[in-house]
Amino acid sequence: MKYFPLVWATLWRKKTRTIFTLLSVVVAFLLFGVLETVDYAFSHPSGGATGADKLVTMNKYSITLPLPFADVQQIRSVPGVEEVTWLTWFGGYYQESKNFVFALPIDIDTYFNLHKDELIVSDAEMRAFRDTRTGGLVNAALMKKFGWKVGDKVPLHSTIWTQKNGSLDWTFDIAGTFDAKDPTQASQLASSFLFHYELFDEGRSFGKGNVGWIEERVTDPSQASDIANRIDALFANSPDETKTQPSKDFAMAFIKQLGDVGFVLRAILGAVFFTLLFLTGNTMMQSVRERVPEFAVLKTLGFGDAAVLGLVMAESLLLCVAAALVGLALSFAAIPIVKMGLQGMELSRGALLPGIGVAVLLGVIVGLPPALRAMRLTIVDALADKR
Amino acid sequence: MFKQFWAVSLMSLQTLPQRLGASSVIVVGIAGVVAVLVSVLAMGAGFRHTLADGGRADRAIVLRGGSDAELSSNLTRSDVDTIGNAPGIAKDAEGKALLSNELVTVVNIPKIDTGSDANVTLRGVGLRLTQVRPELTITAGRMFQPAVRELIAGVGATKQFRGLTPGSVLHFRNADWTVTGVFTSNGDIHESELLADVDTVGSATQRSGYSSAIALLTSAAAFTEFKDALTTDPQLKVDVQREPDYYAAQSKGLSKAINVVGNTVAVIMAIGAVFGALNSMYSAVAARGMEIATQRAIGFGALPVLLSVMLEAVTLSLLGGLIGAALAWMMFNGHSVSTLGGAFAQVVFKLTVTRTLIITGIVWACIIGVVGGLFPALRAARLSVAEALRAA
Repeated sequence: MKYFPLVWATLWRKKTRTIFTLLSVVVAFLLFGVLETVDYAFSHPSGGATGADKLVTMNKYSITLPLPFADVQQIRSVPGVEEVTWLTWFGGYYQESKNFVFALPIDIDTYFNLHKDELIVSDAEMRAFRDTRTGGLVNAALMKKFGWKVGDKVPLHSTIWTQKNGSLDWTFDIAGTFDAKDPTQASQLASSFLFHYELFDEGRSFGKGNVGWIEERVTDPSQASDIANRIDALFANSPDETKTQPSKDFAMAFIKQLGDVGFVLRAILGAVFFTLLFLTGNTMMQSVRERVPEFAVLKTLGFGDAAVLGLVMAESLLLCVAAALVGLALSFAAIPIVKMGLQGMELSRGALLPGIGVAVLLGVIVGLPPALRAMRLTIVDALADKR
Repeated sequence: MFKQFWAVSLMSLQTLPQRLGASSVIVVGIAGVVAVLVSVLAMGAGFRHTLADGGRADRAIVLRGGSDAELSSNLTRSDVDTIGNAPGIAKDAEGKALLSNELVTVVNIPKIDTGSDANVTLRGVGLRLTQVRPELTITAGRMFQPAVRELIAGVGATKQFRGLTPGSVLHFRNADWTVTGVFTSNGDIHESELLADVDTVGSATQRSGYSSAIALLTSAAAFTEFKDALTTDPQLKVDVQREPDYYAAQSKGLSKAINVVGNTVAVIMAIGAVFGALNSMYSAVAARGMEIATQRAIGFGALPVLLSVMLEAVTLSLLGGLIGAALAWMMFNGHSVSTLGGAFAQVVFKLTVTRTLIITGIVWACIIGVVGGLFPALRAARLSVAEALRAA
C-alpha cells in the first residue's frame, strides 16, 4: 500500500492517454454489464408469481392448440394435486395493437385459490368483481398506464375470439385492482387484466368447451415431476396429448425457442474484449517502453525485480478495475432503461459480479507482458538505451 | 497547397510501419466495431428478407376479419368457396380458381443443435399449391400425395430440425407422417415450414375450417377489385392483404428490435473505438513531433499537416472497416439461424451481409476515423516549431 502514490503518479504520467484508455475500458464494461444482465434475464426466467409447487399443462404440440375442458376434472382426481384452474389466451389489446393487454379469462375461485400466496385483492374489490358479470380485475400499473379508474367501461380487442355477433371487441367494467404480494414480482403482472371465464366461454362464437392451458398446484413440491408424469399419462394416446411441466420450465421453453440469445451476446462481448485487450495492452506496452530509464533508476535505488513487476501489474490492475467499476456502475444505472425494452423479465443485478472478475483478468493479461519486460531490464542496458 | 498535402501525407504514411503497434490499435478497434455492427444488422436483413421479400404483389392472403395472423384466423369451407369466385383471381386451363386454402398448425420437432423441442409450422395446403406458388421447387424426393400422411419439408427447416430427410418418418398426433421431399421457395418463410395436404392436416387436427386462403391474382392491379369484392360481401367478414404487406407487418417487430440492439451496441463500441483512435493518433503525432516541426520549419503550411494526420487516421479506419466487414461476411454470411416468429412457430433465416450493410459499416469506420483524427490533427497543426525542435 505504501507504493500506491508511486503507482498513482505513474498512471497519470501521460494524462490524455490514461484518460482515453480509461474511458474506453469504461465503455466496454458498460456494454458488458448491460449485455450480461440481459443474458442473465434470458437464461434465468423468473418463475413469476409461481413457485416450485406450480405445474402447467398444455397441449403437447403447442400452447396455441386447445385442450378439452373435461381434462380439468380428470387432473383434479390425480393424487397430490391440490388445486386446478384453467385459462385461455385472449390475445388482447386496448385501442391499438401496440397496447398489449395480458387479458386472461379466469375461473375466480380456483384461480385465486391456486395463487392465494401470490396475489392480493381487497375483500371489497373482490366482492365487486364477483358480482359484476362483465367485471375486470386490473393490475394497478396497467390502470395507471391507460388512465383507467374503477367503474370505467373499457373495450378490449381480441385478435382471436369473436363474439356471437361477430365482433372482436369485448367490453368490460373495471371492478377493482389486484397486485402481487411480493413487490419484486410486480413487473410480471404489469399488463394483467383478469375477467370472468364464464362470460368468455358463453360469449365466444367458437371453441366453446375448450381451454388454452391448465395450471395445477401440488401439495408436495418434491412430488411435482411425478405428478406431471401422471397427468400426461392420463391423456397419452388421446387426440389431445398433454405436456405438463413446472411453470419455470414453461417460461424457459419459450425463451429457448427465441434462439440462442446467449450466443449472440457472448459473440459481441468476445469482439468487444478482444478489441479492448488490444487497445489497453498497447497503451501499457507503450507506457512501459517510454519509462525504461525510470525503471533503471528504480532498480538502481534498490527495487528488486519482483517489486518492479508488482508495480507495473498494480498499475495495470488499477487502470482496468477502476474503469471497470465505473462502467459497471453505469450499466447498473442503465438497468431500468433495459427493463423497459424487456417487459416482464427480471434483471438480476447479481449478473454484474462476473464483470469484476473479468476486469481483474483483463488487468493481468494486459499488465503481464510489459511487467515482465520491466522486470527483466538490466540496469546498465536500460540506462544506456533510452528507448 | 495540394502538392504540399501530398508530400506531407506521403511522408507520414511512409513512416506508418515504424508506428505499427499504435496504428494497429485503430485498425483492430474499428474492425471490431464494424464486424459487430454488420453481423447484427445482417441478422435483421436476413429476417426481413425471409419474411418481407417472400411474398408476391399479385398474390393475396385472406384472413378472418380482425385476425392479425394466420394462427388466430378461421375461415369456413363456404367462405373459401366464396373467395374462389371473387373477381380478379387467376384461373387455370380448366377454369378453376388458383386458390390455396390453408390450415396452419404447429408440431414439435427437436432442434439439431440443442435437441430441445421447437414449434415448427405444419401447413396444410390446397391442391393447386404449385400453381399458386410457382416459386416452390422440390429439390430432393417427391411431392406429397393428398389423403395420405405425407409431407414435404422446407430446406431451412431441414437444416435446423431433426429427421427431415426424405424417407424419414415423424410421429405426431398419434400418427406417422412420412417426409417425401425437400423444397425451396425463394428463401421465404415457407422454407421454415412443413407442407402437407390441407384435408389430411384438417382430419389429423380435428379442425373443419381453414386458417387462410392464398389467391393468385391475374395481375398486381387486380388486387383492389378482388379486395373490394370480398370486403363488401355481407356474407363474409374477412381481411384481404397483399402478401408482401402481410409479411412485412409480421416481421416489423423483430427486425426493428434487431436494428435497435445492433445500432445501440455499435454506438457504444464506436465511442470506445474513438477513444482508442484518439490515443493512437495523439501518440503518432507525438512520435512524429520532430518530423512535423521540421516540415513546418522548411515551409509546409499548417493545413497540409492537419490534413495529412486526418488522412492517416481515415486510411487506418478504412482499413479497419474493410477488415471488420470482411470478417462479418466470412463468418456469418449465409449462416442459418432460427427464432420464434409471430405465430409461435420457428422461422428459419439466414444472416445476409448485403452491400448496403458493408457500406454502412465503412461509413461508420470513416466517421470514427474523422472524429478520432481531428483533435490530434489540430494539435499537430498548432505545434510550436521552436519548442518541438528544442525538445528533440
